[in-house]
Amino acid sequence: MYAFDYHQPASVADAAAALAAAADGKLVAGGMTLIPTLKQRLASPSDLIDLARVDELKGIGEESGSLVIGAMTCHADVAASDIVRRSIPALARLAGGIGDPQVRNRGTIGGSVANNDPAADYPAAVLGLGATIRTNKRDIAADDFFQGMFTTALEPDELITRIAFPVPQAAAYVKFPNPASRYAVVGVLVAKTGGGVRVAITGAGADGVFRATEMEQALSADFSPKALDGIAIPSDGLNGDIHASSEYRAHLIGVMAKRAVAACV
Amino acid sequence: MPTVSMTVNGKAVSREVEPRTLLVQFLREHLGLTGTHVGCDTSQCGACVVHVDGRSVKSCTMLAVQADGRVVTTIEGMAAADGTLHPIQAAFRENHGLQCGFCTPGMVMSVADLLKNNPSPTEREVREWLEGNICRCTGYHNIVKAVLAAAEALRGAPAHAAE
Amino acid sequence: MLSDGIGAPLRRKEDRRFLTGKGHYTDDINRPGQTYAYFLRSPHAHARIRGIDKTAAEAAPGVLAVLTGEDLAADGIGGLICGWMIHSKDGSPMKAGPHPALAQGKVRYVGDHVAVVIAETLNQAKDAAELIEVDYEVLPAVVSTAEARTSPVRVHDDIPANTVFEWELGNKAETEAAFSRAHHVTRIDLVNNRLIPNAIEPRAAVGEYDSGMDTFTLYTTSQNPHVARLVLSAFVGLAPEHKLRVIAPDVGGGFGSKIFIYAEETVCAWAAKKVGRPVKWTAERSEAFLADAHGRDHVTHAELALDQDGRILGMRVHTTANLGAYLSTFSSCVPTYLYAPLLSGQYAIPAIYAEVDGVYTNTAPVDAYRGAGRPEATYVVERLVETAARELGMDPAELRRRNFIRPDQYPYQTPVIMTYDCGNYEASLSEALRLVDYENYPRRKAESEARGRLRGIGFSCYIEACGLAPSAAVGSLGAGVGLWESAKIRFNPTGNVLVYTGSHSHGQGHETTFAQLIASQLGVPTEQVEVIHGDTEKTPFGMGTYGSRSLAVGGSALYKAAEKIIAKGRKIAAHLMEAAEADIEFKDGKFTVAGTDRSKTIQEIAFAAYVPHNFPAGVEPGLEESAFYDPLNFTFPAGCQICEVEVDPDTGVVEIVNFVAVDDFGKIINPMIVEGQVHGGIAQGIGQALLENCVYDPESGQLLTGSFMDYSMPRAHDLPSFKVGMTITENPSNPLGVKGCGEAGAIAAPAAVMNAVTDAIGVNDLQMPASPERVWQALQRGRMAQAAE
Repeated sequence: MYAFDYHQPASVADAAAALAAAADGKLVAGGMTLIPTLKQRLASPSDLIDLARVDELKGIGEESGSLVIGAMTCHADVAASDIVRRSIPALARLAGGIGDPQVRNRGTIGGSVANNDPAADYPAAVLGLGATIRTNKRDIAADDFFQGMFTTALEPDELITRIAFPVPQAAAYVKFPNPASRYAVVGVLVAKTGGGVRVAITGAGADGVFRATEMEQALSADFSPKALDGIAIPSDGLNGDIHASSEYRAHLIGVMAKRAVAACV
Repeated sequence: MPTVSMTVNGKAVSREVEPRTLLVQFLREHLGLTGTHVGCDTSQCGACVVHVDGRSVKSCTMLAVQADGRVVTTIEGMAAADGTLHPIQAAFRENHGLQCGFCTPGMVMSVADLLKNNPSPTEREVREWLEGNICRCTGYHNIVKAVLAAAEALRGAPAHAAE
Repeated sequence: MLSDGIGAPLRRKEDRRFLTGKGHYTDDINRPGQTYAYFLRSPHAHARIRGIDKTAAEAAPGVLAVLTGEDLAADGIGGLICGWMIHSKDGSPMKAGPHPALAQGKVRYVGDHVAVVIAETLNQAKDAAELIEVDYEVLPAVVSTAEARTSPVRVHDDIPANTVFEWELGNKAETEAAFSRAHHVTRIDLVNNRLIPNAIEPRAAVGEYDSGMDTFTLYTTSQNPHVARLVLSAFVGLAPEHKLRVIAPDVGGGFGSKIFIYAEETVCAWAAKKVGRPVKWTAERSEAFLADAHGRDHVTHAELALDQDGRILGMRVHTTANLGAYLSTFSSCVPTYLYAPLLSGQYAIPAIYAEVDGVYTNTAPVDAYRGAGRPEATYVVERLVETAARELGMDPAELRRRNFIRPDQYPYQTPVIMTYDCGNYEASLSEALRLVDYENYPRRKAESEARGRLRGIGFSCYIEACGLAPSAAVGSLGAGVGLWESAKIRFNPTGNVLVYTGSHSHGQGHETTFAQLIASQLGVPTEQVEVIHGDTEKTPFGMGTYGSRSLAVGGSALYKAAEKIIAKGRKIAAHLMEAAEADIEFKDGKFTVAGTDRSKTIQEIAFAAYVPHNFPAGVEPGLEESAFYDPLNFTFPAGCQICEVEVDPDTGVVEIVNFVAVDDFGKIINPMIVEGQVHGGIAQGIGQALLENCVYDPESGQLLTGSFMDYSMPRAHDLPSFKVGMTITENPSNPLGVKGCGEAGAIAAPAAVMNAVTDAIGVNDLQMPASPERVWQALQRGRMAQAAE
């Protein structure tokens, strides 16, 4: 690890100020991606701004039809939350399936979403449930937020404060984990909402999480696994690696999507 | 260099450290608590699991400065002061849940967190919980047996002092 | 039976320190004034080093030295060696390229050692390493096992076709004749996938030099500290043996990977003298992936000739074995003498002929990994036999039965060197069939199918040669060392016992099992026995632990030393009780005058031996005896594993739903520890079959599975609980009747799993690891083939 200066601001405003003041500052939330990256000397930020003591970033609550989760809420707390389990059980299960228990005790929803790892689970939930990302500057719709692998709409001095998930009529997330890393080889979130069906896919897309519009249309007409018969996801634009070719990933999207729909109905 | 202060195994400790010092380095190199091991550099093997404020974490993926003001328990803090093994440690011994012993401290600490939250896990739940702990020796068979036995022992026993 | 003696599931003596965080592993050792080593490794699979500029690194803060291969050569430090000479068919010796501890002229794999920085802190060493400028002329690389011999690339400039040896075993003409009269020939192509051992404790070393005494001390993660000392003295030339102490303290798993003498510990010891301070190095996991010796990596074509009744007439096998970029310590014997002599399996096969080509590639060295050659042999034999049964429409259990060597055929001479001394293969098969509930398998299969799952069952009846090994025998086959073992028993005046062994425990529980042996033989309670190992200055010279040898060879040495203790004790007891020596009986720790109630405990005799006021004439005081034991034969543990899997046809995911292992390890000292060894071995075997795979980029030679993020280690959730059973034929070839149990699980499991998976999916052409995608692809191929019919 290269040397850096460490800051522990107590408020969002202080965190943003520290970030702006740093030559090459990095926010650290749970650190589950950042710290291993630093250990391998793959990054050399001048400053680390730790959000762990910013209390206003924590907590889970409900607001008219939405579930709102503070950016610094760890996966284990989302998985165990009575509110989440009651309003969007699929989200609790998704959080409970990220990494391993120790990762879930440190990793946060804000950190995961801001990082936008193409194989992370949360982006599927944020996009599939049509969430709104609230930052210290504005609200960003999920459809505008994810802009390709490890790239988001966040500006350099912008940080996620909360994520608001509209409560769907039904939702399920099914993932096919990488046998080594347990990231998603393919993860599919299917949500049935008043405005139609949304299907978001993580792990597979070369540009990160994406919506499967053909599936959405089919499921909006007939919300059953059978409705997905005959919808072939093209393997072009999908990731291929030593764990799964793009062809296999394309196949898995179909299987996982059907299983997600079955879990909803 | 910043000073970090925390409670480790019931004792207040304070040291000056570089911010880039990992919690596991702090424990091993600054405090001499070498029971916590390092088995990988990608936060997966779990040999380094300790408790911070009562929750299991990988001490190789946390900075010492992030544990400032927290309560840390390591494997050295599990047995009673008189040397009596914690019921989880005793169950690992009784069920031959360890061979080379290298993953064992992390395993025990991880299991302690499981059993605090889920006092009666099924075999499947035990195996799923151990996602973050890799053992190369035992094939997990006897570890799982030990965890189930420890759960039973803890359900029958009064709350243990160490945690 | 004593409550803690032979046969008791005694809880382990070593556990308390491991469970309380009080173990002493190499990385836990810190020496006063210690410095830190960091190795600059090659980023290229193959490159010529045109020059190394280390001036900036040397000037960096905290740096004590930046050392390269030139410095090693200047100090007369020799290269690492391979200790087993293999001769090719044409009689020529194997072609071994140089293996310097730090690269000289060329780097040959990603991770190869280019330079070392010694600095006050590890961060300073790493910072300085970034300042070393290496001028590489990048060369094309050869990576693939199958293409190594035809590639225009030469890993070592003067070794044509990258061929280390072209070796053969068996009788070619007889085998050809057997095939010419075969009713049926089964053919199979197999890849035995390359594995990365990944003991959870990474390798580490602390080198120290005492200039006053002119002695080196090396703390290191070794399975065999005396072998390390011998190699570092006699071949590397670091220091004479009497000036070098090697200490292998608690070692966190080895599985073979810590047998070998590597560059890093060599350099730490050497550098300690150069900088005049202790030098510490601990591998990061990513370094372990790159530079620990890997395992397996065979490409094999095998054929089995059978008559119309399913009796095996002959077998022929051609294997290409990837040895990596350099020959590691025992790499040459693994795919030869530890492999082909096991191709007879449990079967009476009249004719066998095997050819093995050992090849260099631009990959990490390959050497022994749990089972070492024997898993590869078992995989060939058991995949062949299972495939033959399918092709002949026979029950796989029945085909095996028909060909088993029968209990009345021992000693049984195979056509491939080995003389099996005992066994009962039918017994272990029958017990395994009972434990797996073979009778009700069809019902279970139907039930799986009703749930949309494909169920399969697979057998693996393995045999291994272990208890390595009779020195004269291995010497005649090219070994550079003897493979005996040593033991020393020291009674203290107060009656407790120190046991010194030349073998080494890195998880196997020697401190318990050996104490049980002493308890049974000498009648001393186990808690009064301390087993000491892993320090060349404390223990007698010993060959260490690998090849399931500790109990069969080291335990036998211990037995012989204990016999000497009893013999001396008998003399002392006879004198003290004024009886004839011949009248003294020894049992349960007591010397008794036969037919009387006069007796002395062994503790009383020990005291008398150290306070010899009343002592027999001509007998030396003290009670301490040593023994060296050279085995008469290999030992032949054997058994049967049966695996049942369910396959999800939509995804190709394989789940192991029933796994049985029945082993014949001879006499069992501690059944709890033995079962633990079986469990661990099975997990590694299942890991090989379903999960683990070392992948290099075929063009660049970059390691694609360089961390636990990409190399799938078996986790608790990937495995079932195992059903383990035992059958016993006592080994006639050693005094304890034991055979060894450390490797069996890993040897048998891959074939059992792959036989089950291929049975489930109805497609036999499937290579390890049977990853979900490979299984799914195989299912697709099967469907297409069916559709075409």
